[in-house]
Formats: sequence, structure tokens, C-alpha cells
Amino acid sequence: MSFMDYAPAPESTGILNLNEHYGLFINGKFVAGRGENFTSISPATEAPIATFSTTTEADVDVAVRAARSAYDSVWSKMSGADRGKYLFRIARLIQERSRELAVAETLDNGKPIKETRDVDIPLVAAWFFYYAGWADKLDFAGLGANPKSLGVAAQVIPWNFPLLMLAWKIAPALAAGNTVVLKPAETTPLTAMLFAEICQQADLPAGVVNIITGAGETGKSLVNHTDINKIAFTGSTAVGREIARAVAGTNTKLTLELGGKGANIVFDDAALDQAVEGIVSGIFFNQGHVCCAGSRLLVQENIHDEVMDRLKTRLSTLRLGDPLDKNTDIGAINSREQLDRITALAAQGESEGGERWSPVCDIPAKGFWFAPTVFTGVSPSNTIAREEIFGPVLSVMTFRTPAEAITKANNTPYGLSAGIWSEKGSRVLAVADKLRAGVIWANTFNKFDPASPFGGYKESGYGREGGLSGLAAYLEGGAA
Amino acid sequence: MRSIPAVSDLTAESLADFLRALPGVDAVGLEARAADLGTRSIKTSSKAWAIDTIIKLIDLTTLEGADTPGKVRTLVAKALVPDAGDLSTPTVAAVCVYGDMVATAVEALGDMHGDPDQGKVSVAAVATAFPSGRSSLAIKIADTQEAVAAGADEIDMVIDRGAFLSGDWWTVFQQIVAVKEACRRADGTHAHLKVILETGELVTYDNVRKASWLAMLAGGDFIKTSTGKVAPAATLPVTLLMLEAVRDWYAATGQRIGVKPAGGIKTTKDAIKYLVVVAETVGEEWLVPHLFRFGASSLLNDVLLQRQKLASGHYSSADYVTLD
Repeated sequence: MSFMDYAPAPESTGILNLNEHYGLFINGKFVAGRGENFTSISPATEAPIATFSTTTEADVDVAVRAARSAYDSVWSKMSGADRGKYLFRIARLIQERSRELAVAETLDNGKPIKETRDVDIPLVAAWFFYYAGWADKLDFAGLGANPKSLGVAAQVIPWNFPLLMLAWKIAPALAAGNTVVLKPAETTPLTAMLFAEICQQADLPAGVVNIITGAGETGKSLVNHTDINKIAFTGSTAVGREIARAVAGTNTKLTLELGGKGANIVFDDAALDQAVEGIVSGIFFNQGHVCCAGSRLLVQENIHDEVMDRLKTRLSTLRLGDPLDKNTDIGAINSREQLDRITALAAQGESEGGERWSPVCDIPAKGFWFAPTVFTGVSPSNTIAREEIFGPVLSVMTFRTPAEAITKANNTPYGLSAGIWSEKGSRVLAVADKLRAGVIWANTFNKFDPASPFGGYKESGYGREGGLSGLAAYLEGGAA
Repeated sequence: MRSIPAVSDLTAESLADFLRALPGVDAVGLEARAADLGTRSIKTSSKAWAIDTIIKLIDLTTLEGADTPGKVRTLVAKALVPDAGDLSTPTVAAVCVYGDMVATAVEALGDMHGDPDQGKVSVAAVATAFPSGRSSLAIKIADTQEAVAAGADEIDMVIDRGAFLSGDWWTVFQQIVAVKEACRRADGTHAHLKVILETGELVTYDNVRKASWLAMLAGGDFIKTSTGKVAPAATLPVTLLMLEAVRDWYAATGQRIGVKPAGGIKTTKDAIKYLVVVAETVGEEWLVPHLFRFGASSLLNDVLLQRQKLASGHYSSADYVTLD
């Protein structure tokens, strides 16, 4: 036998106690939606998990009214200390149910259990703990004494980090005193509904959190509702543009967290083994379904071959397969639609002259899968160097000098993230100073912390989530 | 990959240039990678294989001032029959003793003395003024020669950490070369040389990387983390780093160097993490006695309890394995 064919170590789904159908969570209760039901499937097996209600425009109105009423009568009048108690309670319940949430997230999203267990769910709890602490300290948010909340927030989140994106949206909104109507992505509604159960468990006053399911039309009805004070959207730049157009000239505040084409810059004085790890976590973490992924690798030309050798050796040890197996590194692509998009862009990368490489790996017969892929010899003008692929595809380019690295890194309509790998501190600081990206990692990548603001330049969006800035985004007088 | 200088052409200056040009080590990233590998879940058939492999890779060790011939003979008996209740249990790779105990160990092993890759048990001797290494080169050489003459198959030498930390890498290099020469037997073969870096005294990962390359350049057959007398002894990140050096050496030269974490590995769970780090860094072909060892004394009993558990389905108390 081969030791490295580790025997299966699947996390049990026995801990889950799922309903066959989930309605909408409005005013503290699960209610039927007026639209047609849709099914969420597990992308690793294509097996159905549960059905969900589609929210119609009329349902959206009910949800927004519930949020408005909870805002006016309860949440905006409650002391910050009391709001904080609810948030702390939610954070603890998330920790208590963390294993269940991790399994549910992996089942619905397709990402490996080791990521939901070690990254997603711990960060979800951390986000609620962090903002729970702010709830009674708004006077110190830098906006003067007793800053006012905005009112009702409409929040639309993507499928790549379903519960974590929910936490990024709901925790600061509630801490600041707002109520919310949130729509999870139609392919990943499951953990949002488990979160709704947690709100019930925590005795959160009815209407403070409302969760409505559905596809793009539902999201459109939500952000176009006239009684909304704040829109927070994470998703594609195209939809973000549409929303920005719709709210132009209104009083609605807007935070957009959109696409990215992050540059991961490796200098010849980098700690190479760790840089290789950073390249891997930069683009293959969460199957590359990460808006801040380091999808463009800029490597100094004099170490290009050595870095590629090391990277390819390392990628050969990645384990693709059953996301519930505790040893899986690369899970399933979230949907057929996304798989098709990745497949098409990779084909274009090849036709435009990029040299395509993937490690040998068995692709399961059922489900949506894409092998980790590296393109070398990519030119900055190639499609795969310009467009966000949102999949496990790395485009490798070279540079000769720090100035060239900076120019190439900034030469994108996006500006969400970047990484710098160098053992020379002065170089890291000098380069970071000139990169136009909202998040810059030095000698690491894809690390998140609730105290650290996150957001983009240019077409990656505006406004910040996380930290004090993320709190201010839900208060009068705050940016965005 | 990196090109390796011809050893015969090395000078103090060119050695220093080579070591200084090695890429740095980012401590946070290294530790994160080791921790990530430590989360691998090894179950059922993989666990059974891992348990027997760990036993086959153990250098069962006693290195006490109070060691007696009687103590060494009990150690050898345990090495040969780790679990009298289950004779299918493999033997360990070697017993590791002080030089003056080599003859006792060789005699106690009798016919079973030999190459662990052939299912026999080797005798490893610590030498060169172990554990501190604070003596003259002449004494270190004599210490080594005596152990080899008494029948030691493997010499675990310590580097001169004082010289290393003072920047005198050339002295460290020359001493390893000299000890390697002292490992030579009359018939031209030589005892395998394990070079102990004592990473707990080198402290930084950059130092560990430099010392690893220095030891390989000087002809070490194995690089070993620790004496077991200094804390911290073996850690997963340090072992990962040394395995990366060995991997890069193999890519450059085609020569496979062994790695031996020693000290502080007490549980099966921990030892399995090391197997994972080996398999995913240099490949599982390294999981053989001439390329990987655990320097340990108490690890064996924990592994035996786990082995009994796999066979019987329940855990036994510590009284179901012999103390030594």
C-alpha cells in the first residue's frame, strides 16, 4: 500500500438535523415564500440537500417591513450593552454548533471540511465576538458621541464563504443598531438557515434579522426596495455596477465588495519554501473561489524556474476529492455554471498561448471538479491575466525590477488584494506603499481577522468591512 | 535547483558564501505549514501501517549516566521483542547508547545484530563528547574510533555549536569531515554518520537550515535534530525544515540523506504527524530505516498500546507493556 493514499477519514454527516424544506426567515419565524421552491444540491455529488423558497417582490416587502418595525420598536431603542449580549450569545452558539455548521457548509458549498472547520466557522464566531464588543462602545468609533445607526440594511452575499460573508454583514450591522434583510446565494442557502435557527435559539428579537432566499431577481427586489437605508453587496462587479446605478441619487448608503485579480509578488530574496506555500494558499484555498485570491503570480525572472519546480512538486501532493474527508485539500467547484466558466477561461488561456499544467489527479465521476491549474508564459495582455476566473487557476508572469513588479501588479481594473514575498523588510514596505490594493499581505496570503478592514480600490468596490471601518459603514457619519 | 559546490574545492570563504546565499526561512510560514500537515487524519489501514512503520524506525535509546550493562541488555531485549504478547510486532531499527556500552549491546543482540533494512537491529553510539561537544578534535576522533571498533554501526555525533554560533562554520565543517573519516573501518566500509545539530541551541530556523546544508556538504549520512538533553528537542517545524534541506540536496545531487528527529516525541499521534511530514515533503520512500529514524525512549510503549488497541478494539492500561 501507499501510505500517502491515506485511508478515507470522512467527517460524519450524522450531526446534521436538516429539514427537507426551508421557508423564509421573517420576523423571527420560518414562513412559506410565494415563489417556486428550488433545490440546493451538494456540488461534490449533485445529490439534493433540501428545498428552499423563492422570495417574491411581495415577500421582500414583508421582510423589509418586519425589519423596519423591529428597528423602530426594539433594536434602535435597545442599549448597546444589551445588543452586545445578543451578539455574544450568537457567537457562543456558533461555537457550540461549529462542527454541525462546518459539515453543513462543506455539504452545500463543496469546500473541504478542513477549511470550514479550521477557517470559515472559527472566523464566523470571531466576527460576532469582535462586533459584540463594539456594541456598547460606539462613542469611541471616532464619529462623535452617540452615533446613530442607519436603519434597515439590505445585504446580498455570495456563495464562496456563505456563513462567513453572512457574519461580515450581520455582525457589524447589528452591533451598530441596524436591522437587516439578508439574501444568501441561491446555491448556498443552507447555513444561513441554520443561522436563522441560531437567532431563534438566542432569543434575538423578531425582525432584527430576516433571511430571504432566491436568485438574482430576489436580490434585485431587495436592493430596489424603497425603504432601505443601506445596501451591502458582495459579488460580481457587473451586479455591483447595476446596484450602484440604481442607488445613485438616493440617500441609500452602499458598500460594494466586488471582484479581484490579486497580484502575488515573489522577489528573489523571498523565503522560497514559504513563498510556495503562500502561492498555494493564495490561489488554491477554497478552490480559488476567493475574490482576493492571488490569481496573478508575479515572480522575479531570475528565480522563475526554481519557483515553478518547487510549486509543481508541492502541487503534486494536493489531494482533490470528497470535501467531507478530513484530508481533502481541494474540494468541488460550487456549481456547474461556475465550472463551465472556469473551463472556458482556461481553454482561452491555452488558445492565447499560455502553457497549461496540472498535477496528475483523479477527478470524481459525479459532481463539479477542476484540477489545480498553473499557466506559465502568460502575458499581461492575455485574458487569463486580466479577467477574474474565480477558480483554481494561476497565471504566472515574470518581472525584472521592483518598479516593474509594481507597474504590473497595478495594471488591472481591480484593486482588492496583493501579496509581497521578500525577506527584506524595507522592500516590503516600499512596494506595499505603491500598490493600489485594499489588502496587502506580506509573507503570507489569504489571512483574515475581524479587526482588520477589508475592501477594494477601483472596480473591486468601495467601503470597508471589518474593523472600525466596517462598523462605521453602518453608522451615520461613517464613510460609505 | 541550486548547484552544490564540489566539496574538495571548498574553503572557509566559499563555504560561508554558499551558506549565506541559502534562501531565508519565514518562521510563521514554516510553523503554519507544519501545523497544517499535523491536521492530517490517519485512520484504519493507514494507521496500522503507520504504527508498524514507527516501530521499525525507532532508535530505542538510553543515554544516562546511570546506564549499566544490565540496563543496556534489557533495552536490547525490548528492541528485539517489543511486545511479548504479540510476536508479530516488528523490531526497532537500532539501540542507541553511549560508546562504552556498544560492546554490551552488540553482544546482547548476537545474531540479530545487523542492518535494520534487513529486519535486524543496529547499534548506534553517541560520540564526540556528547552531548555538549566541548572537547578537542583529537578526543572526538578517539571517541568515535573506539565506538566503531567496538562494533557500532552508526555514530551520532554532535556539532560544535559554539563554533557554529561564533560564525566559524569552517571548523564545524572540518570536524564533521574528520569524524566521518574516523567512522571508517579497516575493510573500507564506514559506520553511518548522524550529525546532531542540536537545534534547540541554534535557535533560529535560518541557523538550522545553514547547519543542515553544512552537515550534508561535510558528508553526514543523516542529519539529526537534537541530543535530547536540551529543550526544545525535536519539533515538527524543525524537522520539516531539515526535510526540505534533504529534499533540495537530493534534487541537486541525487543522493538521499536521512533525517532523525530525537527527543520529545512521546506519543503515537505525534509520531504519525512526523510520518506525514516526511511523506509529503520528501516522499514516502524516505520512510525506511536508512533514511528516517525516531530518537526516542518512551515513544515505543505508547505505540505498542495503540497497536494492541487496533488488534483488540480496546485500550489496555500501561501495565500491559513492559517498562523496558
